[in-house]
Amino acid sequence: FFCYFLPFNEHFEQAPMYVAVFTYLGFGVGTLFGYLRDFMRAWGLEKCHLATEREEQKDFVPLYQDFENFYTRNLYMRIRDNWNRPICSVPGPQFDLMERVTDDFNWTFRFTGRCIKDVINMGSYNYLGFAETDANALKTVADVLQRYGTGVCSTRQEMGNIDKHVELENLVARFLDVEAAMVFGMGFATNSMNIPALVGKGCLILSDELNHTSLVLGARLSGATIRVFKHNNMQSLEKLLRDAIAHGQPRSHRAWKKILILVEGIYSMEGSIVRLPEIVTLKKKYKAYLYLDEAHSIGAVGPTGRGVVEYFGMDPDDVDVLMGTFTKSFGAAGGYIAGKKELVDFLRTHSHSATYATSMCPPVAEQIIRAMKCVMGLDGTTQGLQRVCQLSENTRYFRQRLHEMGFIVYGNDDSPVVPLLLYMPGKIGAFARRMLDKNIGVVVVGFPATPIGESRARFCVSAAHTREMLDTVLNALDELGDFLHLKYSRHSRSSHPELYNETSFELED
Amino acid sequence: MDIKHAKDYLYWLYFQYLLITCCYVLEPWEQSMFHTIFITVFAMVVYTGYVFVPIHIHLAFEFFSQIFGGQHESTVAIMN
Repeated sequence: FFCYFLPFNEHFEQAPMYVAVFTYLGFGVGTLFGYLRDFMRAWGLEKCHLATEREEQKDFVPLYQDFENFYTRNLYMRIRDNWNRPICSVPGPQFDLMERVTDDFNWTFRFTGRCIKDVINMGSYNYLGFAETDANALKTVADVLQRYGTGVCSTRQEMGNIDKHVELENLVARFLDVEAAMVFGMGFATNSMNIPALVGKGCLILSDELNHTSLVLGARLSGATIRVFKHNNMQSLEKLLRDAIAHGQPRSHRAWKKILILVEGIYSMEGSIVRLPEIVTLKKKYKAYLYLDEAHSIGAVGPTGRGVVEYFGMDPDDVDVLMGTFTKSFGAAGGYIAGKKELVDFLRTHSHSATYATSMCPPVAEQIIRAMKCVMGLDGTTQGLQRVCQLSENTRYFRQRLHEMGFIVYGNDDSPVVPLLLYMPGKIGAFARRMLDKNIGVVVVGFPATPIGESRARFCVSAAHTREMLDTVLNALDELGDFLHLKYSRHSRSSHPELYNETSFELED
Repeated sequence: MDIKHAKDYLYWLYFQYLLITCCYVLEPWEQSMFHTIFITVFAMVVYTGYVFVPIHIHLAFEFFSQIFGGQHESTVAIMN
């Protein structure tokens, strides 16, 4: 019921039925062997590597519940070598990896001492390429390090309020075109510690199905009633809003004190972008408040990198609470909350993070200041705008080529987060290991983070990737897609590029 | 060259079987156990098919031909 000014293309294609059957079959086999191994461990036929109680404590109340970690013990452990890989360089477009091997099927690892150099990085949240070690670029950061040192040693409300924080907050407010902003030392803590300050008992939180754990934790800590609407589904949200206003609180039927809608700009597991214009229309109609978490979208979408609000051409005053993190596009750490001055002043006194958590350290604040100035163009160059354009070009190219090759890729065409569906549990491990053999580092995600039948590999395109790097990755994906049979898409594909590979065309005379 | 293609194709098929049944993540002795059980079940299915399917098809064919053949004769008798 809303017409968008730009085309809004999102795909969530379903795989053929046999894929779902084989996925569940694979999990079934894994579960059966899991039961077998648990049986062998319980009866002493196999050495147990996990924590168990001492013999004398066997009659007490159990400390470790055997079944709870069934999945971790029996399925995750087998392919555990694809996660927590230690990096020994800056996570730029390429990084160095420490080589590690396992002798006992992933229960313990040991380092061989070698370093795998120049692995192409398709997993880091380095959207604008600010994770760099160029001495020229980091000059101001080095100066601030010399002046202020590294530690802050206090909270924001006591002695930890440094002039760098004030400068950064003014800059963030200017960047987002709002009245005021406040920065915190940690992105996760920004969500989980500030939502309890904004809502409490007697309030209603309407949160998207696929919200990040930090939002869920913040909502649960606040004590408000939480209702969940289907992912990016405006009919579901409207129905919940109408029910809330018509029926009020559960038993007393009084009006809700506040209704807060929690959404994210880009959802990191799906790559989908929130339908912001429709949500703002709904919120104005039903008089609710909107909390927008732009962790992945700030700096990454929008013509000048100012996030989803700019991407849809909307007014930032329409969103009540703008939240974001500096970890993804700015190469630093921390989060911010921006909005009206009254809101930010309220949070300065009432936020748990401001009262108890150490504030952001000065070199990190300076890194954000220099990155933000670069994106806004205040340092006198067009480098920031070039990075934003390069990112959007890379994203479009990468997604278009993947669609052409026939992979199932979720999400919006403009989002730099690209989830490629793998589905079967056996393919998760095979995909990650073979990509590492080809010197490409990818992140694969499986069951607890995604639905059980939809495991995926998640690529994060960066402005620092050159066309050659993306081509290398795409060729490797093409090969691997044929070898592992991952090209499930049933939409029409463009003609195979091999037809045009001729180096010389000889015309028959 | 053809032998190599054939060998590669057979290895690819074996690898697909490992991936689909999630045998790829199992330890070697678990894989051997799974292969044994799978081949046994598959062999039993093939043997059962070989023994019973032709006889069932023959009996079904006779049953249906008796129904239709019998009907044809009765209509011819009425016409006469």
